[in-house]
Formats: sequence, structure tokens, C-alpha cells
Amino acid sequence: MRQQTAIAAKVFIQRDYTNGTVCQFQTKFPSELETRIEKQQFEETVRTLNNLYAEAEKLGSQSYIEGCLACLTAYTIFLCMETHYEKVLKKIAKYIQEQNDKIYAPRGLLLTDPIERGLRVIEVTIFEDRSLTR
Amino acid sequence: MHLGVSESMRECEYSQISTRSSTPMETPYKKRTSRKRKWESFPGRSKFYCDGRIMMARQTGVFCLTLVLILVTSGLFFTFDCPFLALQLTTAIPVIGGVLFLFVLGTLLRTSFSDPGVLPRATPDEAADLERQIDVANGSTGYRPPPRTKEVVINGQTVKLKYCFTCKIFRPPRASHCSLCDNCVERFDHHCPWVGNCVGRRNYRFFYMFILSLSFLTIFIFAFVITHIILRSHRNGFLNALKDSPASVLEVVVCFFSVWSIVGLSGFHTYLISSNQTTNEDIKGSWSSKRGKDNYNPYSHGNIFTNCCSALCGPLPPSLIDRRGFIQSDTLQLAPPTNGITMYGATQSQQSHMCDQDQCIQSTKFVLQAATTPLLQQQTSEPVILTTSPENGGSLPGRTSLTLAGPCTSLPLGQPTPPPSTS
Repeated sequence: MRQQTAIAAKVFIQRDYTNGTVCQFQTKFPSELETRIEKQQFEETVRTLNNLYAEAEKLGSQSYIEGCLACLTAYTIFLCMETHYEKVLKKIAKYIQEQNDKIYAPRGLLLTDPIERGLRVIEVTIFEDRSLTR
Repeated sequence: MHLGVSESMRECEYSQISTRSSTPMETPYKKRTSRKRKWESFPGRSKFYCDGRIMMARQTGVFCLTLVLILVTSGLFFTFDCPFLALQLTTAIPVIGGVLFLFVLGTLLRTSFSDPGVLPRATPDEAADLERQIDVANGSTGYRPPPRTKEVVINGQTVKLKYCFTCKIFRPPRASHCSLCDNCVERFDHHCPWVGNCVGRRNYRFFYMFILSLSFLTIFIFAFVITHIILRSHRNGFLNALKDSPASVLEVVVCFFSVWSIVGLSGFHTYLISSNQTTNEDIKGSWSSKRGKDNYNPYSHGNIFTNCCSALCGPLPPSLIDRRGFIQSDTLQLAPPTNGITMYGATQSQQSHMCDQDQCIQSTKFVLQAATTPLLQQQTSEPVILTTSPENGGSLPGRTSLTLAGPCTSLPLGQPTPPPSTS
């Protein structure tokens, strides 16, 4: 009975390679979203995601210990344990879900988790907004 | 207005959106009930075994040869040489040999069977978006434009990112397209026929461990087989020793020829790891000082220790292609992708639950409907063409060709992102 919400457009936030191969996304605010969401809010979301990905790929004592332990157990340890990267990816998924619920869905937008696009882009789906006539 | 929206949201009792569910971007299937896994429609030339758990290149003949050589040589060593050596010298010899052998086998299988870091191909939406951007930059022409590149400055070095026509993406730095496997691979090192797979970001450390441990194993077997023959010669004479243990001759020959190549390769890769380069970059001389005085490797961490640690003990990224996830088969209303490429999404979760995904996407749509559409709305069944609609006040620049066909009002042609079911 209810009409399906139409996808008006999709915006793709590309990767930012200025720091090398680390997973970072461009924080430049796309023009298509100007009428839908505040620049600050969007940049805040992307910046938090960038920080989370940096945390996943961080080279620190924790990752080294994990790597050495894994090597010693012939990588069988990952049958029972999650890698640090996977743990952070779960955190990211939760964060995106939270952002969608609180901020983006009420504005007719939807963020797609970059892992579903091979960590190439953050896909922002813009839904047709018919409520502007109110 | 905002209050009204949130009230209707609460009334509708929407369930938690799982953003980890895959959006259905795959090729449509006729039957609703067919549950094909994503590896079955993988666009590259890789082969999959064990229902998507194992991923290898197409030609695996040389890999079988590697396996046979290792198994036969080690088998002969344990059967013919070890009993003598264990008695004459110490039982530590077969034990250490056994551990080395198992380690070699484990790392070989891990290198050969895992995803080297394949980049999934672009979805049609992404590809269209990139094409549009490039056309705007170039001025669109009728024929295939010249190779597209983007320049990026990484740590002071200018790096060219090339556009991959097969995968329809701009390759990340250090990625390369393997023509044998027909995939773009992250941090592409080389395609190794001996392991039957590409060596890339996700399996480089296993490859290195493999060749390192194989060097040790080869030297170990070589040394102890020689020791065995010498010890026997002391007793019975050289010729008799060879007659008593003919397998040793074969082992010595195999090991002698392997040692040079394997140890050499280990040394080469040790150098690559310590300078944080890939075989690809080294062969092309990308960071060689011969190219220019200011040419240096922007990816190196500066010291050998950090480079080694990051290559061998750094975090292991997960596979970006979801081999064992299920393709959304609920695509009866789908229009086929216009570019004919089989698309697949990539999810983190290895166990995609079809019902949950349907529910999640349904609820997402529901929420968005509640948020964006008035409660009382007339249903339109004719095609809605999205140009710059008066409601949006021209907020869709450049998007003049999105057409929503017939009853499937949420299915733009060429964009296979359908809802799983109509309400």
C-alpha cells in the first residue's frame, strides 16, 4: 500500500591516498548533499570513520603480539579468535548503523558500510524527499 | 513536522537496521529459491574449491608439482635416512625435520588457498559515477579515451593511480591487475605458479614464511643426507653406502638444485621486505635512485626493523570479496545490469541470512518512507522520471537520466538495487 521510497541519487566518497595505502576517505563535502545535511555533521562522520580505520591498521605492540602469536600457532589461533582488524570492522559497522538511525535516515539518506564496496567508497544513497511540500 | 515523523516511526516498530547486510547488487536469478553463493558468479578467472573456502589461480599444475616434490623428498628422508640418523646421532633430527616439514606444508597451503587481497569490481553505480566524472574532466568523446590516470602525492612522492578498464576502478597505490587471474590485487607482489596463486597483501607473509622455511628444510635434508652417506661410507665404503640407500641420491639431487633457487629467492624477498617494496616495484625500478635524485620509496617506514615487522607481523586485513555469502536471489523484478558484468557485493559476514537481509532492507525502506513521505499519499503507477523535480528545487544537478520503470517504482534501470519484495 505504501509507495516504495525511490532512490534519487547516489554519492560516492572516494578514498584519500595522500597518506599511503592506509584506508582513509576524503572529507570533502559533496555538493549533492548540501541541501540534505550539515557539512559539519557529515565531515564529523567521515573523520570518525577514518580514525576507526586507522585504528584497525595501526602498527603497534598489540598488533605485533597478535602477529607473532598467530605465527607461532601456525595461524590456527584465528579459528577461535577474531583478528584485531575484524573487531574494529565490527565497531565500524555498529557506528554506521547508529549514524544511519540517528542522523541519516531521518534526512532521507543512507550510508553503506564501505566493506560492502571493497573499502573503495562510502556510498551515500539519497532518497527522494517528498516531505518538502509540507 | 519532525515530531510527527518520529511518532510514526515509533508506531511502525521498525527493527534494527543491519548495515552489514549486503545490498543486492548481483545478477538477477530466475528462481526465488536458488541460493547460490557469491563465488559461483565471481567475475575473475580464479577457481574456487570446497564451496568457496579455497581460492586459487586457474592453472594449478605447477602447484601440484611443488607439492609432489616436497612430499616425496621429505617422505624419502623420513623413511630411509631418519631411522639411521636417529640411531646413530640423535632423535632430535627427525623431530626437527618433522616440525620444519609441517611448517612448510602449512604455509604453502595457506599461501595457495587464501585470497591474496583481490579487489572486488566496481558496482554499476560506482562505475557510472566515475565515468561521469572522467567525462566531465576530459570532455566526452565517442571513442574509448586514452588511459586514465590520477596523480596523488604520497609522502612527498607523486604516484600515478591507473584506471583499470576491467574492474572499472582507479587502482589504489601498489595494486596491480593480474592478467592470469583477471583480478586487481592489493599490494600486488607477483603471480607465483609454484604456489598456484597471486602473492599480494593478504598472503605475502605466508609466502615469505614458506620460502624461508623451505630453504631451511632443503638445507636440513641436504646436510643430513650427506651426513648419512658419509657415516655409512665409513663402515661399508662409498659405493656400498649408495647401494644401501638409493633414495638418498635422489634427495641430494633434488635438494642441490632447489637450494640455489629457494635460498636465492628467500634472500631477495628478505631484501624486499626490509625496504618495503614489492617484486613488481623492484622489477620496474619504481623507487630506484636511477630514475632521479629525489626518487625514494614513500611507503618505507624508514628503518629495516619496522619494515619487517609491518610486513610480517602487521594486522591481517580481511578478505574484501565475500566468497561464501549468498547472492540475493529475490530479484524477480530486477532489470539486468546494462553493462553485462556480473556484480556482487562484499559483506563482512560469512553467513548472510537471507531472511534477515530482506527484513533489514524492508525496514530501512520503511523508516525512510516514514521519514520522507506524508502519511496520506496517492500511489502513482506510471513511470516517474527524475530530472530536477520542482519539489527538490533543482537539487539534483546533472542527474537527468534516471528513469524509474513501471510498477517497480524503486528500480532505476541499470541500477540493480531492488527491494527484496514489494509491500
